[in-house]
Amino acid sequence: MAVVSSRGQRIGNLLAIAAVIVVTFIMLAPIYWIVSTSFKPRNLATTNPPTILFEPEVSPFVKLFTKRVQLKPKEVVDYENAPWFERLVFDGGERITRSGKGEIQLSGYPDRFINSLIVAITSTLLAVSMGTITAYGFSRFKVKGEADLLFFVLSTRMLPPIVVAIPMFLMYRAAGLNDSHLGLIILYTAFNVSFAVWLMKGFIDEIPKEYEEAALVDGYTRIQAFFKIVLPEAATGIAATAVFCFITAWNEYAFALIMTNRRAQTAPPFIPSQIGSGLPDWTVIAAGTFLFLLPVAIFTFLLRNHLLRGMSFGAIRK
Amino acid sequence: MARIRLENITKSFGPHVAVDKLDLDVADGEFFVLLGPTGAGKTTTLRMIAGLEKPTEGVIHINQVNVNDWGPAERDVALVLQQYSLYPRLTVRDNLAFPLRSRIRKLSEADIDKRIDYASKTLRITHLLDRKTDRLSGGEMQRVSIGRAIVREPQVFLMDEPLSALDAKLRESLRSELKDLQMRLGATFIFVTHDQVEAMTMGDRIAVLNKGRIVQVGTPRDVYTNPRDTFVASFVGSPAINLLPGSLAGDVASVAQAFQMPITRSAAVEGPVTFGIRPEDVEVAAGAPNEARIHDVENHGIEKIVTLRVGDNLMRAAVPARVEVKVEEAVRFSWNPDKVMLFDAKTGLNLRGQAA
Repeated sequence: MAVVSSRGQRIGNLLAIAAVIVVTFIMLAPIYWIVSTSFKPRNLATTNPPTILFEPEVSPFVKLFTKRVQLKPKEVVDYENAPWFERLVFDGGERITRSGKGEIQLSGYPDRFINSLIVAITSTLLAVSMGTITAYGFSRFKVKGEADLLFFVLSTRMLPPIVVAIPMFLMYRAAGLNDSHLGLIILYTAFNVSFAVWLMKGFIDEIPKEYEEAALVDGYTRIQAFFKIVLPEAATGIAATAVFCFITAWNEYAFALIMTNRRAQTAPPFIPSQIGSGLPDWTVIAAGTFLFLLPVAIFTFLLRNHLLRGMSFGAIRK
Repeated sequence: MARIRLENITKSFGPHVAVDKLDLDVADGEFFVLLGPTGAGKTTTLRMIAGLEKPTEGVIHINQVNVNDWGPAERDVALVLQQYSLYPRLTVRDNLAFPLRSRIRKLSEADIDKRIDYASKTLRITHLLDRKTDRLSGGEMQRVSIGRAIVREPQVFLMDEPLSALDAKLRESLRSELKDLQMRLGATFIFVTHDQVEAMTMGDRIAVLNKGRIVQVGTPRDVYTNPRDTFVASFVGSPAINLLPGSLAGDVASVAQAFQMPITRSAAVEGPVTFGIRPEDVEVAAGAPNEARIHDVENHGIEKIVTLRVGDNLMRAAVPARVEVKVEEAVRFSWNPDKVMLFDAKTGLNLRGQAA
């Protein structure tokens, strides 16, 4: 009997492992597709069946970061004859490689990528710090109408954000926040702060208030106790909250598409816009997407220990 | 060092009154115990002295100064809690240094080291100084947390059930250590506990609390031998006192319609009363006037606690360990007539010294 059941268990284990392998394979296939396509020569990108083995190239990345501008013959002549200051205006102050016929400029991608970083990092910092302080207040003090206020905070998440896109657009235009970093930062912070409050409240509730009370009695102020005792204890929760906020802000597409067009445009609306005209070069789009994946992957990887502990909430602390 | 005086203190949380018109006067250098069951308001009282809660009404004096509006830091009190008392992620040394590094103290590192050295020697935790607090046993943690109070050299030590989370053996040894420490420091201790043994062994005086009110304040002996009412009588003492309904006529007590026994009158009352007799004052001996059956026997090593059954009533008696008793065996018993306490049958108040 024992033998049979143990053999049954072994078969069960093997089946489980096989299932995990299959699921992992299915999950990772699109990622592999994107990564491999971003190293393919253009003619192999759309073959059917897909090409698995190929000689990797970096040309998609070169194309991603540069743009070629074809100068018309008249423009070349104008440029050659122009005085130095007009030339400066003509190239828009950019350093160019000049063949006489065309020029290679930096593409729009790096700027968009940097915009994404600025907006996502700043809004994450803001949302997490505001969320932590608010959650601390709710957790430690008697707040009149606490339940209602918390529900109100959460209720901002209940509406699909796109519903308010048009009024927001009009308000932003009136306030001059259209196509600005600040505008997107405010928007994403507002999205995330409600989530951050709720998540952080759970984490801070877990920290025994006795620690701070001991610090108060030991001669520290409430603020000092918060920074010296609560923050280090809440590090795990802060990391988890930060990852979620960062991912939300980093991936946001709809508002970025509506609210920005050039100066503050982030990567998500930019990448598909390249598909736009003519025959799309899928390798370039794949390269852009691949690079876009990296920050979240790295950020999550760096915080993985905190995340694991964070996700199990109070399970580890006794 | 300090004298603590609470004057007419009331604390309510919404409709719930946690502490009700409480008066206390703790002398300088006294080991004062607040004893009571869960929810009696002991911890709330302690937290108000510490400044972590503000009294709804009443005044708290430390050394004759009204400290109602002072924050916890200004009151210069040290607090030791039952658990979560040490700062996590810090070593023992950093935990001890933490209160000393507060900006209100401005101590030099040399002074801090000196104080840590003194406290850790006093509590024998020198070998633990560089350990993280999560690598300490329960007893070590409480030692360190007492150490964190000592380094402060505070006016008052406030302790909220510091021994309750420890196992019995450790509790016993820390109990005597704490008492010893208090005498050496000559400091004022206010010690909260629900454990009457801790109260009896350590306290210079005990305040027994129930439902937010002080029932009785007195020395351990006073509280034990002359409880103000049946609550104090049954809360203090282990095994618990026997409380039996009955009536009194002359010098004869009729207990629960089961047996009669003489008593030495401590109050001039007649009629229905509640008799209180401690187990050690009940004697099991051949030739004693009353018969009972053995209901249960608990062997405590040093003695046996025997539960006697008389009619429908149960009554505990302490007998020497050498006495052989068997369950359901018939025995004879008597009580020490001088030690019988009389309580009012309705209010439960001790009738001693009251005229009929």
